[in-house]
Amino acid sequence: MGYPHPIHPKETPVLSKHFGEIEARTYEGWVKRGGYVALKKAIGMAPDDIINEVKVSGLRGRGGAGFPTGLKWSFMPKADGKQHYLCCNADESEPGTFKDREILRWTPHALIEGCAIAQLAIRAETCYIYIRGEFTEPYHILQRAVDEAYASGVLGGNALGSGKRIDIVVHRGAGAYICGEETAMMNSIEGRRGNPRIKPPFPAVSGLFGMPTTINNVETLAAVPAIINQGAAWYAKLSLSNPKSTGTKLISVCGHVQRPGTYEITLGFPMKELIYDLCGGMHPGRTLKAVIPGGSSVPIMTPEEVEGCATDYEGIIANGSMLGSGGMIVMDDTTDIVHVAMRLAKFYAHESCAQCTNCREGTAWTTRILERMLAGDGKESDLDLLLDLAENMTGKTICVLSDSCAAPVVSGIQKFRPDFDRHLTAPRPAASVGA
Amino acid sequence: MSNEMVSVTIDGVPLHVAKGTMIIEAAKQAGVVVPHYCYHPSLPSPAVCRMCLVEVEKAPKLMPACVTAVAEGQVVHVNSPVAKKGREGVLEFLLINHPLDCPICDQAGECELQDFVFQEGRSSSRYDDYPKRYAPVEDFGTDVLYVPNRCILCTRCVRFMDDVANDAVLEVYQRGDRSYIGIEPEHRLEHPWSGNVVDLCPVGSLISKDFLHKARAWDLDKTASICPGCTQGCNMTIDTRDSNVVRLRPRPNLDVNRHFMCDTGRADYRWMNRGDRVEAPLHQDGGRLHACDWDTALDQLAFLAVQASGSVVILASGRASCESLGWIVRLAGERIRAAAIKVPLGAEAPIGAIPNLALRRERVANLHGAQLVGVSTDWTAAVAALSGAALAIVLDVQLDPVEIAALGGAAHVVHIASVADPRLSHADLVLPVATMAEEQGVYVNRDQRAQRYLPARSAPGMARPAWWVAAQACVRMGAVPTAPATASEAFGALVPFAGLTYRDLGLVGRVVGASTAGVAR
Repeated sequence: MGYPHPIHPKETPVLSKHFGEIEARTYEGWVKRGGYVALKKAIGMAPDDIINEVKVSGLRGRGGAGFPTGLKWSFMPKADGKQHYLCCNADESEPGTFKDREILRWTPHALIEGCAIAQLAIRAETCYIYIRGEFTEPYHILQRAVDEAYASGVLGGNALGSGKRIDIVVHRGAGAYICGEETAMMNSIEGRRGNPRIKPPFPAVSGLFGMPTTINNVETLAAVPAIINQGAAWYAKLSLSNPKSTGTKLISVCGHVQRPGTYEITLGFPMKELIYDLCGGMHPGRTLKAVIPGGSSVPIMTPEEVEGCATDYEGIIANGSMLGSGGMIVMDDTTDIVHVAMRLAKFYAHESCAQCTNCREGTAWTTRILERMLAGDGKESDLDLLLDLAENMTGKTICVLSDSCAAPVVSGIQKFRPDFDRHLTAPRPAASVGA
Repeated sequence: MSNEMVSVTIDGVPLHVAKGTMIIEAAKQAGVVVPHYCYHPSLPSPAVCRMCLVEVEKAPKLMPACVTAVAEGQVVHVNSPVAKKGREGVLEFLLINHPLDCPICDQAGECELQDFVFQEGRSSSRYDDYPKRYAPVEDFGTDVLYVPNRCILCTRCVRFMDDVANDAVLEVYQRGDRSYIGIEPEHRLEHPWSGNVVDLCPVGSLISKDFLHKARAWDLDKTASICPGCTQGCNMTIDTRDSNVVRLRPRPNLDVNRHFMCDTGRADYRWMNRGDRVEAPLHQDGGRLHACDWDTALDQLAFLAVQASGSVVILASGRASCESLGWIVRLAGERIRAAAIKVPLGAEAPIGAIPNLALRRERVANLHGAQLVGVSTDWTAAVAALSGAALAIVLDVQLDPVEIAALGGAAHVVHIASVADPRLSHADLVLPVATMAEEQGVYVNRDQRAQRYLPARSAPGMARPAWWVAAQACVRMGAVPTAPATASEAFGALVPFAGLTYRDLGLVGRVVGASTAGVAR
């Protein structure tokens, strides 16, 4: 369902099939809809068989990086005698992204079931679901679902009568964007300041509390029950363009479209159809100017790039951006890209954890230059300066927050140069108060 | 770290280093300093300053040298254009909010930001038109001020307090460029080793109240020394300005104190600058002490020592060197009745996470050296032995009234001292000696490590090292044919250190075997 709109015939509802059904939030309602069958099946499977099933399905991380999920699980050591952990990343705070929120709100048991199956696969008794602090309603719904799952014996010391322990703890963040970075999340769960850690060591070697840990996105884990139920082959066939991108993806579309919302498409679906058919296209009299396809951290796309773009990992890369989290921001011809770049940079400057020099100072400086340009005080040399700062901020820090700040600035200057030039050549406002 | 070696090339220099070594340490062996701020060899590496990014061939991007281990066949470029461009960028970022108040900053001259900007920073900033971040100076506690404007957020102080001192009162507060180092509400830097954050700070952000505006770094002379404060024997540097001691700082010695020094040791330097010193030998003449020359004084000392048949008592300071104690024991020779050092006690204060590093209970540096050269710690017995003694030799030690009274039991008193004591005006001789800040010598710490200290300032007037005084008298007595010409010879002539020279000890010391322990006679 293109929540909150009625289902569109071109959608492929797998995760979103029950969005909007209040009853699906409850344990009984979920079981009535075929819930926890996959978990029962998984309990009877060897951990390596579960991993293999997910490998064959071609499922890739839905949080942004697109790393093959089965491969990630296979990095976890076997029979090392250590406590293993699963962390579910529900700290969805990427501007423009609101897909996990719908899963948490409508089908929390799908997530719980996915977590439990993943725990069996990676031999982790405990899973932490790290939920964004501002997600008040989703938190209460999820916590109620976890409580129900314990009460009905799905979770606990003898999960579904299997004799195995499966625990899930819901941990609320305190509202820092950076805690969505997987290593910062682990620090945050441990009670430390949410600063990203240096890799190596990778989480599968030394993660949460120094133990082998796997971190997966909500959407990734929620897709696992369907794969176990209907088979890897079925999932692998859900692909419209590149066979490396399989399955369905929730795309949350916001901005200047007639029907913003969360849509579920088969990967490889044409981006143009997504915008014009599913979302109803631009408002009357407006034309498409730019699209940020995968959350605020990815480069901006032009209408020409959108034109023939298949919405999957490879297709968007071929057109100068990234699928990222699937948080699509659509902008029409009234949009000032300089303003967009400034607003995004300001967000990153606010959320920088302050560890790395380049990010701490670079994000703030970039914001100031863009604010100065918007106020009419820009200089000719500012564009070169912005590009040089972006170079100093890219690939030089522990995590990619700094790179994420640079990406829209660089792509904005490269692809929407006239917007920048207009601010540099326009007469200065008479009473500029500065930024 | 294993014994396995790998071959790497750093800036064209081929090296064999142990597997697991970080590039930043391996580069030192190639004579290349990788500029850095957050990295410190005695702290965990967070790799946050991004200054030490180096080009590693086949790596997709610049790698932080502080947390990237060497690998077989690795080729590293520290000074390639790409790596330099990266550092130039970081330096520019660091400077946009740095006040550049170097003319009034205590760190100027020993500031790593100054050094690296001078070395390879941009000549001018592109961060114009904006005010710099401002926050007022904060008092962090005992001896530490925090100047947030100068802070580059390397977090060395945070990691020291958390990971080394186990007292996590400092933390980075806020986010982005609004962040600063904050102290826990209702807390102060009260840990007995917290003064180290001042040394660790690569810029002038954490500064010592005691040293505030006292001297410019380039006016200081630096002398390798050993802290006389306790039996730990922390290696330190004495900073002097115009022959006045203005600051004590730790000197790295990985086997003793790593890079640290306690606040008690750090603060204990004012006595080194005392002006009321004995500057000439004094002897009794007409019922009063009168100045004389060394020949007269040494003749009298030898005479008194020879006369004192069977009953010489030595009361010494535990801060006296092995050389001084050893030669005074030799001066007493067979006639010795008792010899002891006074050992004041205090509370033990461990640093925290580093084993075998603490401010020790025994607050003298040379307790173990004294024992090696035949001086005991049984002070009470030595004081009791004064009764009926022929000669008491007091070596630069502060006596309480009871001990002063006990000295009345000795027929003759020789006071070998840096500072006169009016209560000892009846002494036969008062002989001026140098303090540990004015002479060369050796202390032996609690782990039997013999460590040298060097003279940081000149001794006043005619003051001489105590070993020289005793050795000269020994020659006059005929106990030895010739006196040692240097401190090193005086050291090597002592039985427990036979055959060793100062060169053998170097500046990091050397463990002297317990088997060589004996009485030097």
